[in-house]
Amino acid sequence: MDAARIGGVAGVAAIPVLAAGLYLGLAWAPPDAMMGNVQRIMYVHFPSWIATAIGYVVALVGSGGYLARRSPRFDWLAHAGVEVGVLFNVSGLVTGSIWGRPTWGVWWTWDPRLTTTAIMLIIFTGYLLVRAFIEDSETRARVAAVVAIVGFLNVPIVYLSVRWWRTLHQIQSSPETVAPEMVVALRVMMGAFALLAVFLVARRYELARLEAAAEAAEDRVDG
Amino acid sequence: MTAQDWRRAWAVAWKDLVSERRGKTAFNAMAFFAAIVVIVFGLALGPDRPSFVAGEETLLQYLAPGLFWIAVFFAGVLAVARSFASEIEGGTLDTLRLYPGDRRALCVGKIVANCALLIVLEIALLPMVAVLYSVDLWSRLPSLMGVALLATVGFATVGTLFAAMTATLRAREVLLPVLLFPMLVPLVLAAVKATTLVLRGDMMGELAVWITLLVAFDLVFLVVGTLTFEYVLDD
Repeated sequence: MDAARIGGVAGVAAIPVLAAGLYLGLAWAPPDAMMGNVQRIMYVHFPSWIATAIGYVVALVGSGGYLARRSPRFDWLAHAGVEVGVLFNVSGLVTGSIWGRPTWGVWWTWDPRLTTTAIMLIIFTGYLLVRAFIEDSETRARVAAVVAIVGFLNVPIVYLSVRWWRTLHQIQSSPETVAPEMVVALRVMMGAFALLAVFLVARRYELARLEAAAEAAEDRVDG
Repeated sequence: MTAQDWRRAWAVAWKDLVSERRGKTAFNAMAFFAAIVVIVFGLALGPDRPSFVAGEETLLQYLAPGLFWIAVFFAGVLAVARSFASEIEGGTLDTLRLYPGDRRALCVGKIVANCALLIVLEIALLPMVAVLYSVDLWSRLPSLMGVALLATVGFATVGTLFAAMTATLRAREVLLPVLLFPMLVPLVLAAVKATTLVLRGDMMGELAVWITLLVAFDLVFLVVGTLTFEYVLDD
């Protein structure tokens, strides 16, 4: 199955799931006992991290595949994964910050998860920056792949180091301790965001393929 | 790597160090820059003793480990960038690439040379920090050098990899620090924490954790760096 097909299926499927998830999260699930309606941002916040993880894992697979096979398809996949990952990384950080202000009283704390995800965003934004500065498509794919792999491997080390540096964070709730409606709404939204991520990665992959074709055509005209 | 590759790595490191000793292009710029950073921090933060600092320390004494490592890492970026820029200016990078044998030898050689350069910088910078910030470093010099060595190996490894990657690019002066510093977050935390604990005493026995992290960082990136180095260089 080609990328356009996968993207189309995921995109069409994402619409009703996203609509259902929004209804469940915003209207059907009860407000939080302590935080009230503020807590509902969690239905966007946590799924954003699922989508971020999908994006970056796709990028890792694409980058490893590129170095092993040297096929531009893997490079397009890696580029698409990073862009989608960065998008949802920003969405996760912003929604988390908005939630943190009324709940913790601050927009930002140097908690391990916050710090690690911010560093992750900087590392993968660096990936996009490097790509923008290399004209030769093979060099670009090669260097970008190394940046993505090394950057991905660094994330758990960053997390460990920041956790040892600052050990004052709250533990996330487990499904047993929250209202079952909340769990259902969150699961549906996680599914919706996963579909959305797959859709966006597939679209970006198609775009990268077309960009490469345009670049090749341009070279033929110039040459 | 075979024994021959190790000899090749040593040859690359030796070549870099000899040309650095004769020309001192990287070292002079780097040492001067690091010294300026240390002085500017002193001016910006002031020699006072603010009320929020516990005990009898001044602000500069309190912050000395962090300031020292920021100065070293900022200056170190110049050193690792220089180690590939000079090859490109001289047109010798292609020559190095053409030599037979494992590419990893080239990578290891560059890492060793950059490590040596940074250690010399640290040895020059420590007395300066001790005097300007009036910190007592001398009684703890051996453990301090141990921490410095571990942090330097990690910095040189990641720095060499990213310098090789950006050496031929446009805007490399911007790209190298932008890519390098996020990667160094664990190293900065561990180096500063370990140095602080060495200087201020390790009451809670936390030092071992940070030394472990430094060793782990060094090992992970020595392996990953040498394995990916050939993809960074090949054309």
